[in-house]
Amino acid sequence: MSYSWNWDIFLSPTPSGESTYLGWLIEGLQWTVTLSLGAWIIALILGSLLGVLRTVPSRWLSGLAAVYVEIFRNVPLLVQLFIWYFVLPELLPAGLGEAIKQSDPMTQQFFAALLCLGCFTAARVCEQVRAGIQSLPRGQRSAGLALGFTLPQTYRYVLLPMAFRIVLPPLTSEFLNVFKNSAVASTIGLIELSRQSQQLVDYTAQAYEAFIAVTLLYVLINVTVMLAMRALERRTRVPGYIGGK
Amino acid sequence: MYEFDWTSIPGALPILADGMLVTLEITATAILVGIVWGTLLALARLSGSPPLVWLAAGYVNLFRAVPLVMVILWFYLIVPAMLTNWLGVGQGSDIRMISALVAFALFESAYYAEIIRAGVQSVPKGQVNAAYALGMTYPQAMRLVVLPQAFRNMVPLLLTQAIILFQDTSLVYVIGLADFFGSAYKVGDRDGRLVEMLLFAGAVYFVLCFGASLLVRQLQKRFAT
Repeated sequence: MSYSWNWDIFLSPTPSGESTYLGWLIEGLQWTVTLSLGAWIIALILGSLLGVLRTVPSRWLSGLAAVYVEIFRNVPLLVQLFIWYFVLPELLPAGLGEAIKQSDPMTQQFFAALLCLGCFTAARVCEQVRAGIQSLPRGQRSAGLALGFTLPQTYRYVLLPMAFRIVLPPLTSEFLNVFKNSAVASTIGLIELSRQSQQLVDYTAQAYEAFIAVTLLYVLINVTVMLAMRALERRTRVPGYIGGK
Repeated sequence: MYEFDWTSIPGALPILADGMLVTLEITATAILVGIVWGTLLALARLSGSPPLVWLAAGYVNLFRAVPLVMVILWFYLIVPAMLTNWLGVGQGSDIRMISALVAFALFESAYYAEIIRAGVQSVPKGQVNAAYALGMTYPQAMRLVVLPQAFRNMVPLLLTQAIILFQDTSLVYVIGLADFFGSAYKVGDRDGRLVEMLLFAGAVYFVLCFGASLLVRQLQKRFAT
């Protein structure tokens, strides 16, 4: 093999001269982290809401949440992203659609990816939250209601505090998935981490260095999230349950 | 308001069918290789021999830490170089396909390995002890006693993973391979009917995956004892 390694490539300036290639990687990392954290917040809020709806004693509401989950789980993420990015602006009322299409492309890409990833992950979060609520003994709900709590109060003070602590480990893996799935945003042109690696290959032809660096950055994200969540899991673990003391 | 025009879809069906074949080919290869290689990885991880455990755990954790998009790009970089250097094969037209097949097979193995490891661990320890007491060797105990029971428990999870894999194959878009989604995108772009083609592709994926997941649920009910 006649590949010439050149790790110094990261320190050399980019063609525009404003930054180094390392600077590009860091910029990509920032987009990946911003996108993933933003999408995770949407997913947590929307997913918890849907997860609660799945368990309320109303056929209509739980059916609605079930339909949401099935739709977002059974269409590939890439297709969903393209629908958010290419299809949605066309289907909105003409004025709003035009306004979106005339905005800055980077903003369009970012918000399409943010909403897509948020709604996609919400379906998964919903299933975890539902499983958490259903894993609680039936008596908890009955006891809450018997004490005179309204249904929202029962969820707020009795069911959810327990359910969230129980589903924290599976939520951790969903959180990790958000970071990995954010790489799909590269397909609509958002210059996040994996797109940045391709750009580095195009500009420098040092493909192995670029890919190794980006792969290591993803591993680093993974390890950081895992350690942070493990610390959180230790703090919130429920005594008497599996993993508890 | 947007005026829908679905007329370009009937004419595009042959192209889309070709794309679907590519999708299914990648899915099927990844499932087969993934289960075989994944079983070996899982057994290595449970073997108790430090170098084997370490290697298998490293493989599984590395693949699970990296986005599939990066894995596909990695193999599109490595596979052509290997083919030309080691096997002397020229830069053929199906190089994308070979790269995608290798990438998906090795990537999915990591996920299958974890499912299979959990499945093997779910078999009661007494089963292994009983097999040893009957004079079986380790490979015999695994092949004749543990794995058949483990796979029975794992069937729903393995199938669910296959559905996820089927959806994930759409990511070969990043190396420009025309699978079902890639074909739909190309046709939509060519005819200026991207909106309709994307919605159509989404609907097809939904019907197939939702149908398959209903079947898995049925199966799960029948397998549950």
